[in-house]
Amino acid sequence: MVPDDPDGPADDTTNEMTFNWDGIRTGFVTCVPVALGVAGYGIAFGVLADRAGLTVAETALMSATVLAGASQIIAVELWSDPVPAAAIVLAVFAVNLRYSLMGAALRPWFRHLSATRSYLSLFFMADENWALTIRDLTSGSGRGAFLLGSGLAMWVFWVVSSVVGVAVGGVIDDPAMYGLDYILAATFIALAVELWDGASTVVPWTVALVTALVTAQVLSGHWHVIAGGGAAAIVEMVRRG
Amino acid sequence: MSSRAAARLLSWRWSAVANTFTLDPVVVTVIAAMAVVTYLTKGGGLWLLTHVEISDRVEASLEVLPGAIIVAVLGPELASGGPPEWLAGGVVAAVAWKTGNILLALVTGVGAIVIFRTVL
Repeated sequence: MVPDDPDGPADDTTNEMTFNWDGIRTGFVTCVPVALGVAGYGIAFGVLADRAGLTVAETALMSATVLAGASQIIAVELWSDPVPAAAIVLAVFAVNLRYSLMGAALRPWFRHLSATRSYLSLFFMADENWALTIRDLTSGSGRGAFLLGSGLAMWVFWVVSSVVGVAVGGVIDDPAMYGLDYILAATFIALAVELWDGASTVVPWTVALVTALVTAQVLSGHWHVIAGGGAAAIVEMVRRG
Repeated sequence: MSSRAAARLLSWRWSAVANTFTLDPVVVTVIAAMAVVTYLTKGGGLWLLTHVEISDRVEASLEVLPGAIIVAVLGPELASGGPPEWLAGGVVAAVAWKTGNILLALVTGVGAIVIFRTVL
């Protein structure tokens, strides 16, 4: 295989990178419709958090400091008494590992920003606003603050909708009746369709699927996520070697 | 749902209402740990690329993680469901494929699951 030049894409970013109020505002405004959609997902998370026994304050704290939807839903699904802390933290880490790659993909642009600005912005990175940011930066806008602005929109809608979910969770009898329990699966299916890359994804996805199905039969909790993802990465490493 | 499960749910709900602003130290500690590991993943990738030389082989193998993790979550989840979940999954995939609009796919999927669960 021909090794990729890691600095290659940087050649497209010769334009000046800015980090200002305009970038924050543009990112925020662009992301509002998407964040509104994600808020439906936040309500579903709040309902699950309520069922797991979390208080409004605890749910708000989690959404405000973690800001990673799928992992938060998995965490509250694993929640029981006593709290399986190690399993939860490990599952959260495994589910969120993809963020490392997303963050790495921003390097061609973020290398022009200070460390403080880069790592502050990355706190607010979620799947949806990462995609919007990549789209904006690829267009050559030079808006270094786009991730921060779009992330702030995600943060506001996510925290508020989580709280609404916990509050409504006491009223809604059965989220399944409104299809709320299906939001995670629906989101992941839609994401899978977007990530599907034809032949190159067949082997790793099959390995992940089979490993996850087998692991789920043997282990409870969400260890199948770690097993499936890990197996796919290892097989891919061997395949490319 | 068994009556015991229903009673447990009720007591959970009651305690959630009673303790809206309660912060349990154990819960806060777990949330803090979740926040730390999540931030490590969000900031870690850029940090690694800036500070550590990664072989192409490792980098290439990591590229499959997002899709693989999604499939690993979905597989057992859909396997534990039934025809309504599978059919609605097909609807979501079709809409996402056709329109590329995740929001639309989500709304259609949730509508579809409600209908399929009622009809089937």
